[in-house]
Formats: sequence, C-alpha cells, structure tokens
Amino acid sequence: MAQRSTIGQYYQTDSRIHRMDPRVKLIGTFVFIISLFVVNNYIGYVLSGVFLAILIANSRVPFRYIVRGLKAIVFLMLITVICNLFLTKGTPLVSFWKLTITYEGLDFACKMAIRLMFLIIGSSMMTLTTTPNQLTDAMESVFGPLKVFHVPVHEISMMMSIALRFIPILTEETDKIEKAQIARGADFESRNLMKRIRSMVPLLVPLFISAFRRANDLAMAMEARCYHGGEGRTKMKPLKYRKEDVASYIILAAYFVLCILIRILGSRVDLVRFL
Amino acid sequence: MGLSIEDITYVYDSDTAMAVNALNHITTTIPDDQFIGLIGHTGSGKSTFVQMLNGLLAPTTGRILYNGEDIHGDGYDRKQLHANVGLVFQYPEHQLFEQDVITDVMFGPKNLGKNEEEARQAAEEALSRVGLSSEYYKSSPFDLSGGQKRRAAIAGVLAMHPKILILDEPTAGLDPRGRDEILNLIRKMKEEMKMTIVLVSHSMDDVANYVERIMVMNSGQIALDGTPNEVFAHVEELESMGLAAPQITYIMRHLKDLGMDVDTTPLTIEEAAKEILSALKGH
Repeated sequence: MAQRSTIGQYYQTDSRIHRMDPRVKLIGTFVFIISLFVVNNYIGYVLSGVFLAILIANSRVPFRYIVRGLKAIVFLMLITVICNLFLTKGTPLVSFWKLTITYEGLDFACKMAIRLMFLIIGSSMMTLTTTPNQLTDAMESVFGPLKVFHVPVHEISMMMSIALRFIPILTEETDKIEKAQIARGADFESRNLMKRIRSMVPLLVPLFISAFRRANDLAMAMEARCYHGGEGRTKMKPLKYRKEDVASYIILAAYFVLCILIRILGSRVDLVRFL
Repeated sequence: MGLSIEDITYVYDSDTAMAVNALNHITTTIPDDQFIGLIGHTGSGKSTFVQMLNGLLAPTTGRILYNGEDIHGDGYDRKQLHANVGLVFQYPEHQLFEQDVITDVMFGPKNLGKNEEEARQAAEEALSRVGLSSEYYKSSPFDLSGGQKRRAAIAGVLAMHPKILILDEPTAGLDPRGRDEILNLIRKMKEEMKMTIVLVSHSMDDVANYVERIMVMNSGQIALDGTPNEVFAHVEELESMGLAAPQITYIMRHLKDLGMDVDTTPLTIEEAAKEILSALKGH
C-alpha cells in the first residue's frame, strides 16, 4: 500500500499552471480531451504531445510523479492494445498460429495507446495542479447557468467538495484500521479468494461506522454555522480572471483550431494518397 | 530476551518532495517484564516507532530482533510476532467490528489458529482481566461507553497472549476517572502476567506514577532514557521538547528554591506530602 497511484492527487508547488484560474484548467481539460478525439493522425498526436509537454514543463510537477499515475491503467491499456492489435481486419502484416496482426490493427492500437495515455496524463494534470476546493468552485461557476433549469449546481458541487475532502481522511483511516486488524492477526493477503473477501469485513465495518459518524458530525457543524444551501451565499475568494488566464484561453483556442485543421488537412492528404 | 532495536531509521514518502525522516538512528532494547513509558510530543515519531516494534512497518535501514531473530528476515512468522508483541491502537473504533463483544475479542485468537472453544476461553480470560464481566459479552461493542470500548479493544489484543504489550495513548479522550481506571488496570495486568508493557503517552503525569523506565522521543530520536527520576531531573530539556515534568516535580523544585530542605524526586502526591512533612519536622 506504500506506493499508491498518484491519479487524482494534488501536487503542492508553485507554478504558472498552479496559479491559473481553475475554470481555465477545467475547460482546458475538456477541450484537451475532445481534441484527442478530433485528432486522428500522427501529426496531430505530435501536436497534442508537444502541448502536453509544454504544460508539464510549466507545471513544475516532476515527470516521474506523473508517470506513476499511469501505473493504474497499464492493465487497461494492454488489453486495449492487444484487442486492437489482433482483432482489427485489414492488410496482414505478420501472422503466426491463428493470430494475425494487420497494418490497420497496428496503426489503430498505437493510436489508441497514445490517446489513452494522453487522456490520463491530461486529466491528471488538472488534478495535480488544482486543489479539490478550487476545482469544485470552478465547476459551480462553469455549470452555474444550469441553475435556470433547476439543476442544484451548488448542492452538487458542495457534495463533490465534501466527497473529495474525505478521500484522504478515509484513506488514512483505512490504513489505520488495516494496521489495527493486522496487529490482531488478520490476514489481508490470503491467496484464497473467499477468505480474502471475508477478511474485508473487519476492515469495512469500522470504516463505515467512522464514515457515518464523520458525516453526522459534519452535518451538525454545518448546521451550527447556519448553512442553508447556496442561495444568497457569497464566496470568500471569488474567482476572477486575470490577464494570464485570458492568454491561456487564447492559446487553448489556437491549439484546438490547429487540431481541427490538422484533421481536415490530414484526411485530405490521406484522400490524395488513396486516389 | 525481548526486542532489540539496532540502528533503525524510517523515511516516509522517500521518493517525493514530501520525504520525512520519521525515525533517526534509534538503538535500544526492550527486555522482558518491564513497565516502560514512551513519551513524546505529537510528531516525535513515537507512533511510527511502536509500529516498527511489532513489524507493521519495516525500517528503511537497520534491523529489529525479537528473541535474537530478525523480524524481517526470510520466512519469519510475522503473524506470531503480532501475537507476541501486541499493539493496541489509540482508537478502539478502529478495531471493533463484530456483533458482540465476546466474538470480537475471539477474532485475534482465532486468527492464530485456535479453535472456537480455545478462542472463547482466551477471550473470557482477557475480558475478565480488563474488568468486563459476562453481562457485556453479548452486547454490541458499539453500544459500550468510551472507557469500556477501550477495555474491549485491549482485551482483543490481550487474548492473543502477548509477551510485550504496547498501548498507544490508552487514556486519550477519557475523563480523569476513566484514565485512572485504565492505568490501574494496566499496572495490575503487568504485575499478574509478568509481561513487558510499553505505554505511549504525551502526558508525564499519566505515566510518572506507573512506569519503571521512561523513554523520551524527540524528532525521531530517543532523547532521554532512564528511570522516571533520572528523566525528570532534565526538566529544562523536557521543556525545550514541548514536554513537561509532572506537576509535583515543579512544586518540589519550587519549594527547594524557596529554601526548604526537600528531595525533588517524589512522583505522587502522597510521597510529596510525606517528604514535605518530614522536612517540616526536621526544622
């Protein structure tokens, strides 16, 4: 348990990206994810890669730390790559036994792997550089217009920020409970699946009880401070765009336009080759 | 034989910017049949240290021997170590989970491979030692009071028959009466069962009257180690670590400064009263 995945964690440091308005980062992440699906040729991926590299360099988060977050999806990536590699029909490239690797399969598997990798790195760049509180503030502001349709935006973002806030607390608590039970001879590493599932009971019962207790305490504390939902509630640190944020939006827009251009031009190139 | 700790260090999050040196070259021994108080300020490394002692954490460097065997050596039976070196954590809520008290206490012995009957016997014995009578056997551990929960948690570890019992802040959050009850209980257990007890606390007053040896931890090192009187002679050092000597020590020192011919070593109010009276009679 010592080496936890770094996905979704915040990396504390001071950088241009850390100081950026969280709304820019939130929208930026959406745009980046969409761009990965807009782009469909290698020139486009090089562009996305460069964009990401510049982002990482500016964020001052060690690259090693980011890569560690990828560990969690290595398995998923392998399955995707292998499936694409062997199951795509097309021009055979290599074939042995009953398996055939086609040119298209190889092409598709590579693209898929790049896409997944960029997707994870891109979205973890947001969580690495934005505190959960900033993130939910940004969400509340970005999705604010939905209030017109009676979507409880404030409540949802409040729930999210509470949930996010509790992740490290509960992780730590799990760790302590686990240790307390190991000290009583509990075995969490049994090879036997049934035993392993049963061994979770001494872990989960105290964890649930503590989670409910904490939820109760928190509700009480919120009520004691007259919390009554989002109506008329002001912020201590309202989000304000600065010059740098506007510049970031412009860069983002430029990147996205470039992605679209590359796709259109790329397909034309392919078309020319095809003809 | 007990535990011998040879030059251990421990570093949290060693490969990130948040690396913290929790333990810094500690060497000491914890013999059989001794009542030890482990004192330290919050963050002094005492919790990390006790988790090392029963093998829950492995030291980054250095080794720990139990009865002469390296507890992180190949093929060492760590489960048996957890039984021999029992560790009771601060919050009983972290370990109570069964439907009733007796089944919960039986969890430990059962994990050691005892059958239902043996486990029940061990559990009943442990519960009677901590002073929970049979009327509580069938009640839910979550319905107990704070002090009772703590007793049940101690029984849960005691039922595994440890040779060394480590209690992490067993009195935290208890009222003065509950605190005295738990401490007296621990002393009684120590006397009856002849085991080593390590009592972790940040309060000198808690441990001063009970233990025979005090280890003071400060920033990952053992700063002072000796009998209570030896340790309390270093009042200034203790204060610089954010700790304090027992209140009675301060009174006796003050009296001495005022010119009264008293010994500053008494640790309980009764001893102090006797000392003051004899000093007064001497005049």
